[in-house]
Amino acid sequence: MASSDRSPENGENATLGDYRVELDNFQGPLDLLLHLIKKNEVDIYDIPIARLTSQYVEYLDLMRELDLDVASEFLVMASTLIHLKSRMLLPFDAEDGEEEEEKDPREELVQRLIEYQKYKRAAEEFSTRPFLGRDVFSRPEEKLPVKGEERFIEANMFQLMDAFNRILAEADRRRPHEVTREGFTVDDGIEHIEALLSNSGSVRFAELFEAGSGRRRIVTIFLAILELIKKGWLQAVQKDHDAPLRLIRVQGDAGSGPEKQEKAGQ
Amino acid sequence: MMEKSGKALIEALLFASSKPVTADILQEITGLSGETVRETLVALAGEFDAEDRGIALKEVAGGFQIRTRPEFSEQISAMYRSRPRRRLSRSSLEALAIVAYRQPVTRSEIENIRGVDSGAVMKTLLVQGMIRILGRKESPGRPMLFGTTRDFLEYFELRDIESLPSLEEIADLGEIGPPEGESSPGSGLPTPGSG
Repeated sequence: MASSDRSPENGENATLGDYRVELDNFQGPLDLLLHLIKKNEVDIYDIPIARLTSQYVEYLDLMRELDLDVASEFLVMASTLIHLKSRMLLPFDAEDGEEEEEKDPREELVQRLIEYQKYKRAAEEFSTRPFLGRDVFSRPEEKLPVKGEERFIEANMFQLMDAFNRILAEADRRRPHEVTREGFTVDDGIEHIEALLSNSGSVRFAELFEAGSGRRRIVTIFLAILELIKKGWLQAVQKDHDAPLRLIRVQGDAGSGPEKQEKAGQ
Repeated sequence: MMEKSGKALIEALLFASSKPVTADILQEITGLSGETVRETLVALAGEFDAEDRGIALKEVAGGFQIRTRPEFSEQISAMYRSRPRRRLSRSSLEALAIVAYRQPVTRSEIENIRGVDSGAVMKTLLVQGMIRILGRKESPGRPMLFGTTRDFLEYFELRDIESLPSLEEIADLGEIGPPEGESSPGSGLPTPGSG
């Protein structure tokens, strides 16, 4: 899932032992460059661009040889490096009296590397912390209704379909047939649902569909709902069998229950 | 000095709860003063640490929680064999670190720092409840602003977002951050009178 994040993480068919491990680990071009800087034991503020560029390009060639999908970001960085290399060959011409300081052409890249490195280390620090559900455990969520908490029953597929049909019927009634092409995908739908859930952790089913939404958008959002339910991240509930549906976020396992973050919107 | 029953009661309350319990709730239920509650918590934590116990009392996400000690992670995981071991990928951790330190932050700001498309990771983090949408930035395109959640604090055993070590501190640790585990400063209980 997360590996669609553009980094060369699928090295299954790689064969070159050592390289494979390394290639697997690069998050992106900046990560690869930091690795090369470290490997060459050079000063990050004084990067030998020519040497690093050729090594960088070698890595990209290797990735291609291994049939890894070289993300476009890697190629952009390659051209940046080659450009820098050519600029480094030109003499600095800011000497003659003029106090105008010629900026080191590498300056911007160095800043980016340093900035990235900060967060890379922070991420490493995160991974050393005890992680709930992996390193440390708390009491799992009990299904005891706490004082004042509303009780819900889980809705079934038919009830979901009913609710969906009502929304669709309503949309058709209100809106003349109109063909528009929206670039709204299921992923966008998931984002949309998450946005509405992010306050109170729950939302009315009908609220997810803005008035005036086209059929296509409604269907897409519904697909997103089904996707989230299938993944176990979302639950469709109602107070009784005729009550309107609500969608609530199912918190992750490892003892973090749906105690409705911050109680807002309750 | 301390009432024995108070300590036992607080221990029972913490044991019974699946979520961190705030000092306010403990005060309300026990009828003890805030100071006494605080002292009792510290005493309890001390006992858990001093005796050969499998659990520890931690201050997380603005409350107090009893958690198992990290050295038993493997055996506990073995007991929960059916349960997938949660693990965040490196890309997730990177994006999460940027959100944690830079919030409120937009996706494109994150991508600028990482140098790679981060849409998929952000979605995963949202679905996992690690981050949430705080609102929209009043700039062209009104991009969404992201921040960390209370669950994030719970997962990473953090008292609050301020108890994260600063980026400078992390940088000082150099390339290899010592895996300190338990004795990390952010997770302990404050000594009485410190606040």
